[in-house]
Amino acid sequence: MSQRTHWSEFFISAVIRVIGFSTIGFVGLIFFFLLQQGAPVLGEVPLNNFFGAQWYPTYNLYGILPLLLGSMMVTLAAIVLALPLGVATAVFVREIAPGWAREILKPLIEVLAGIPSVVLGFFGMTLLAPFVRETLHVPTGLTAFTGALLLAYMALPTIVSVAEDALDAVPKSYRDAALAMGATQWQTIWRVVVPAARSGILTAIMLGMGRAIGETMAVLMVTGNAARMPTTLNSLFLPARTMTATIAAEMGEVAQGSTHYHVLFAIGILLFVLTFFINLAAAPAIFEKRRRGGLR
Amino acid sequence: MNRYLGQRVGFTLLGGLTFIVVAPILLVVGVIVVNGLGALSWEFLTAMPREGMKAGGIFPAIVGTLLLTLGTALVAIPLGIGGAIYLAEYARETWFTRAIRLAIINLAGIPSVVYGLFGLGMFVLFSQFGTSIVAGSLTLALMTLPIIISASEEALRAVPTEFRTVNASLGGTHWQGIRQVVLPQALPGIITGVILGLLRAAGETAPILFTVAAFYLPRLPQSPFDQTMALPYHLYVISTQVPGMPLQIQYGTALVLLTLALALNLCATLIRSYFRKRRQW
Repeated sequence: MSQRTHWSEFFISAVIRVIGFSTIGFVGLIFFFLLQQGAPVLGEVPLNNFFGAQWYPTYNLYGILPLLLGSMMVTLAAIVLALPLGVATAVFVREIAPGWAREILKPLIEVLAGIPSVVLGFFGMTLLAPFVRETLHVPTGLTAFTGALLLAYMALPTIVSVAEDALDAVPKSYRDAALAMGATQWQTIWRVVVPAARSGILTAIMLGMGRAIGETMAVLMVTGNAARMPTTLNSLFLPARTMTATIAAEMGEVAQGSTHYHVLFAIGILLFVLTFFINLAAAPAIFEKRRRGGLR
Repeated sequence: MNRYLGQRVGFTLLGGLTFIVVAPILLVVGVIVVNGLGALSWEFLTAMPREGMKAGGIFPAIVGTLLLTLGTALVAIPLGIGGAIYLAEYARETWFTRAIRLAIINLAGIPSVVYGLFGLGMFVLFSQFGTSIVAGSLTLALMTLPIIISASEEALRAVPTEFRTVNASLGGTHWQGIRQVVLPQALPGIITGVILGLLRAAGETAPILFTVAAFYLPRLPQSPFDQTMALPYHLYVISTQVPGMPLQIQYGTALVLLTLALALNLCATLIRSYFRKRRQW
């Protein structure tokens, strides 16, 4: 082998290694710059103000509690809506649907994953919100529920595909054994296959939640953006405001380096940490899937 | 027999739920296509916006989105494929490799608006690129990276080990094997992943809110360090920030963006299924 090949080989390996290592650096960089811009908040806003119940930046009230609870309410409602639909669809596509139906359904769900969130938000504003207002007889259609409805559909492609992978990974022998014992296909699905896939379905929920809590544009456009504490039962059907929407709506208008600016970055840090732990919780299952070679 | 009746009811119920999932997808696409078609014209696609965006076209927004996507591709493709080659062909299963995988999973989960904040902090302010195409492309590239890495790694891993063994037995070096044997075999999968990643970048609004986007800029960008309009941000602006905006222009813009997204999506699907059929292993 010539000296030249040897050197280029060495050079290329080095470049590829550096690129591989750099992914960790990127996560570090993101966290560093969020901290750099958000940390001054510690000296500027007392903790009882920051974790207070009132978000009125013009009056120096930076209570993030209504935003945090708003995000949680919208996300949980979205998951409650999306979970049964997602699992049912995954079971139907994987276990029941004939081949031709599967060939139509799977690309269609991928189409949903490909629709930009601002387009869904636009649809939500122009058609879904008036529909919600009229069917539920509420004063405005821009409510937490409308946001949850949109978010549920945005989380569905993730939930369906991860749940389907989980069903896929259940060994065929489980199904055969159940059927041989005289169980119907229905009984096999619900008493054998789905329970065996439950850890994967849990991963699907986690990833769907991560997707929902971080979604910005659609939520900003349809939830009405009123920073109120969701303390009453009907809060779901009133306007709400999430952390992501707050950052997106207000960052453009604040002066750089102002307290309000730092607080918005602090909310970004909170979102980063929240999604970090959600993904950390889902990570072992993703590793497991890779080891089995079940990646698609 | 009762059990089978129950099963039939159950299957119908699941079919019904699946219908509830897919029907709105068709509804959204259908509504936007039907209402948007009326707005489409040669002028709408190729003219500058006029009268505070209430007339004229969306040409600068289309160009802006294409430029941002191109910029994203220039950064994300080499980094993404390089990262995937590292994970699939070089990395051993150590704690460090696990940490890299964890980093990629977390990159994929970071909310898009947080990427926007990061881009503002690092590229706009610290690197002093200002709100520009460069700052936005770099932000979008970082967001796209985990998608490209995961898809490419999967494609590389799908190439059977025998290909590598044969290369080595013929005296090929590790890198020669990757470049001349493994990469060409994995290329369709990699291209699919790249397209899906860029599709995501082209449609995102939140990361470009504070890093590139110009509210109203009826001219083309002059340099990579210029601001630009972009389709997703334009749709957001005209549907929420401009009172009295004609609904047809909003639908038209949504249709152009949706068409771009669906066309890329279709490309990815076609490439995948075409090569899956032709694959010999």
